[in-house]
Amino acid sequence: MSDAAVVAEQATDHVEDEHAGHATSLNLSNMKLAMWLFLGSECLLFGALISTYLLSKARFLTEILAGNPVVVDSISNPTLVEEMRAAGSVEPLFDIPFTSLSSFILLMSSLAMVLAHKAISEADYKNLRIWLGTTALLGSFFIAGQIAEFTAFKEEGLSFTGSLLGSAFFTLTGFHGIHVSGGIVMLMTLLVLSFKGKLNQDRAETVELVGLYWHFVDVVWVLIFTIVYLIP
Amino acid sequence: MAIFNEPLRYSLPEGDKPGVANPLGVFSRPRSETGLKDWLTTVDHKKIGIMYGSAAVFFMLIGGVAALLIRIQLATPNSNFLSADAYNQVYTMHGTIMIFLVVMPIGAAFANFLLPLQIGARDVAFPRINAFSFWCFFLGGLMLNSSWFLGGGADGGWFNYAPNNGVAYSPSHGIDFWNVGLLITGIASLSGAINLITTVLNMRAPGMDLMKMPIFVWMSLVTQFLLLFAIPVITVAQVLLLMDRVFDANFFNVEQGADPLLWQHLFWIFGHPEVYLMILPAFGIVSEVIPTFARKPIFGYPFMVFSGIAIGFMGFGVWAHHMFVSGIGPLSVTAFALSTMFIAVPTGVKILNWVATLWGGKLTLNTAMLFSIGLITQFTVGGLSGVTHAMAPSDTQQTDTYYIVAHFHYVLFGGALFGFMAGFYFWWPKVFGHMLNEKWGKWNFWTMVVGFNLTFGPMHILGLQGMPRRMQTYDDAMGFNLWNFWATVGSFILASGVLLFITNVFLSLYRWNKAGKPNPGPDPWDARTIEWSIQSPAPEHNFDYDPQIVSVDDFWHQKYAEDENGKLRKVAHGADIAQPGNGEGVHLPAPSYWPLLLAASLPLIGYGLIFSLWLTIPGGFLMVVSLYGWALEPADDLDLPHGHDDHKSDHAEIASTVNV
Repeated sequence: MSDAAVVAEQATDHVEDEHAGHATSLNLSNMKLAMWLFLGSECLLFGALISTYLLSKARFLTEILAGNPVVVDSISNPTLVEEMRAAGSVEPLFDIPFTSLSSFILLMSSLAMVLAHKAISEADYKNLRIWLGTTALLGSFFIAGQIAEFTAFKEEGLSFTGSLLGSAFFTLTGFHGIHVSGGIVMLMTLLVLSFKGKLNQDRAETVELVGLYWHFVDVVWVLIFTIVYLIP
Repeated sequence: MAIFNEPLRYSLPEGDKPGVANPLGVFSRPRSETGLKDWLTTVDHKKIGIMYGSAAVFFMLIGGVAALLIRIQLATPNSNFLSADAYNQVYTMHGTIMIFLVVMPIGAAFANFLLPLQIGARDVAFPRINAFSFWCFFLGGLMLNSSWFLGGGADGGWFNYAPNNGVAYSPSHGIDFWNVGLLITGIASLSGAINLITTVLNMRAPGMDLMKMPIFVWMSLVTQFLLLFAIPVITVAQVLLLMDRVFDANFFNVEQGADPLLWQHLFWIFGHPEVYLMILPAFGIVSEVIPTFARKPIFGYPFMVFSGIAIGFMGFGVWAHHMFVSGIGPLSVTAFALSTMFIAVPTGVKILNWVATLWGGKLTLNTAMLFSIGLITQFTVGGLSGVTHAMAPSDTQQTDTYYIVAHFHYVLFGGALFGFMAGFYFWWPKVFGHMLNEKWGKWNFWTMVVGFNLTFGPMHILGLQGMPRRMQTYDDAMGFNLWNFWATVGSFILASGVLLFITNVFLSLYRWNKAGKPNPGPDPWDARTIEWSIQSPAPEHNFDYDPQIVSVDDFWHQKYAEDENGKLRKVAHGADIAQPGNGEGVHLPAPSYWPLLLAASLPLIGYGLIFSLWLTIPGGFLMVVSLYGWALEPADDLDLPHGHDDHKSDHAEIASTVNV
């Protein structure tokens, strides 16, 4: 049974293959396949949240335009309500130039993420740390911008518990913010691992996977920014 | 290619004793191979499958008692055995437990145990995530059931429609427990889905193309994709409800202009794929059992595969047939009525293929086969009443009546659960190394068939007579007395059928022990797929070497071949060509504490959301520690004993954020 010996030879590190980017049926590492599946699932999560926002906004606006007193009172600032009624949309709430800037910062972080992945592929650990740090920093700027925006909206009269629009807006953008924050934690973890010398070229795929997640979160923001802020 | 070229970080200096791999300095790596600690820390897909199954049967007893309480209450008119409030809780929890904690996890139990064995793999792609999935399901289920003792269970039906699910109409914590408990079991389903899809797509034995996979693998794969895309939608619905109930948001607050129909849409976009993901594993099981005992290959293998995939796709396009009376408008009703009629086609294809497989076969009518035939007949009854729901005008009459209750019990009990029973009797020797008693099995089957049809058959009539669902009682003069009485009698016969099964489990074990533990051999049924080409019970390492797959039903083709006259002859006995079960040189993933601990952090946070946000602090702390402990723990334990050719350098796993 010499065949069996060959087969046994091939079989010995079957389970261990989970860490390697080879010898899987699809020639795609398990981790990468799993990350894509996870992101596919996340699409439906954000899809449902965005649908919820669109429905809630439409219902809110209908009631505002019809002058439903309960919904009008749900915004504590009467001027904002008047502006919304005049514009026929919730547009007056938003500060488009400010959010455009923070969106730009988030998109640039994706560039930094790509450069981090390139650096680790080339075993350029100095640049890896620089770009991982830059990505995390730009992400943090975005989160800071979101906190500033939330505070401003609260002062303008939109509250989470007060109105339907507030519940929907803060839940959707908050969910996205939590995703970005989770990404920042992952990036910082990678950075610490790199400084401890535990993130070398063999681990390039780890950086790539965090990158996949990070780019996905950015793409979701492009959708949210367009659908929530730009389309009246 | 050894991808870890750097020196072993976890290897020991010469002469040192083993006992490293101590992430965060908290625990040493669990080593037990027996006892409680082993079960708490195992990452073996077979043990996890057994745990899924036993936990689901445990929850089935709770859900079954709830069902009997409902039937006692409804046995006589104007009964006050249960108060209206208690009745609301009992039927809500019955539905929730049976769907989320019984049928789904039994499907997961079979998938966990069988997928790696049927595709020729040593384990799933991510063994620790597998353990995490189980513990999330189990602890989430316990948390859901703890509501019985902490102020009462959920009381809005298993679908908990808005705005009835708001604090105003359901002030107890029941719906909060429902919400948080199911969010946690949702995490279990999602992580399990990612894990099992990766396993099936990526870890098939050499030669096993997608179109050579056993039907059960295919159906489970479709099931996991359904979970992957359906679970996030219910997660969003439950998060919205959580925001409303716990943090005073307004998603379902009609006063603020909200549209409560949003809940129904989100719920059923999840809920309809849900019913298919409950039945597809059972379809897969009978597709394995029937060819084995009809001594024929499955009729129309590609049709079976593609009809399963078609069901998966179409399952996402029929959700609004649950909402024909909610005022969604004639256009939507027409569209969803049509798509609902269409989805009956691939399901009908399956029924016809099973019948065609049986046709002209040399049938062995043992318990597994009887349960499979039970599925075909009873599911067909349920499927036909399902098609009547697609006729929107007729459905308008039937909505919220016992006709619907009859329908979904015929597909989920008469279909899914009968399929699972077939699977239990079929794979029991592979799982536990002994057979279940056939004589008791047949008693078990016939008692269940009689009990089942006597319980749910009359509900068709009650429903057409107009008896509404979810009502605590009915009046003497309504004419519902007779069939309600017989349905209650039937439910007790059905319950004794389930008890016969549990008796059979212990009796068979007792007799097997008494008989000196005879081994049933690797292939007691002369079966077709490669899980029968290894010893029974399946050895810890599954396969000694990778099986080489040539065709569908590969193991059968190793045993049978045509002679020169084109006549089929047995050329080998399963026991002779089975792998001997020698695990020398095999290195298996090491057990770990972290999946259990990470899963335990979730109910802690859940109780925090319900009772006091302060509790979320230890819960969150445990979660962060577990996540990092997990990530920094090597997936393999280098000090576990292994054989002579274990490529030790390959195991130089270093710390990383993505060790799973």
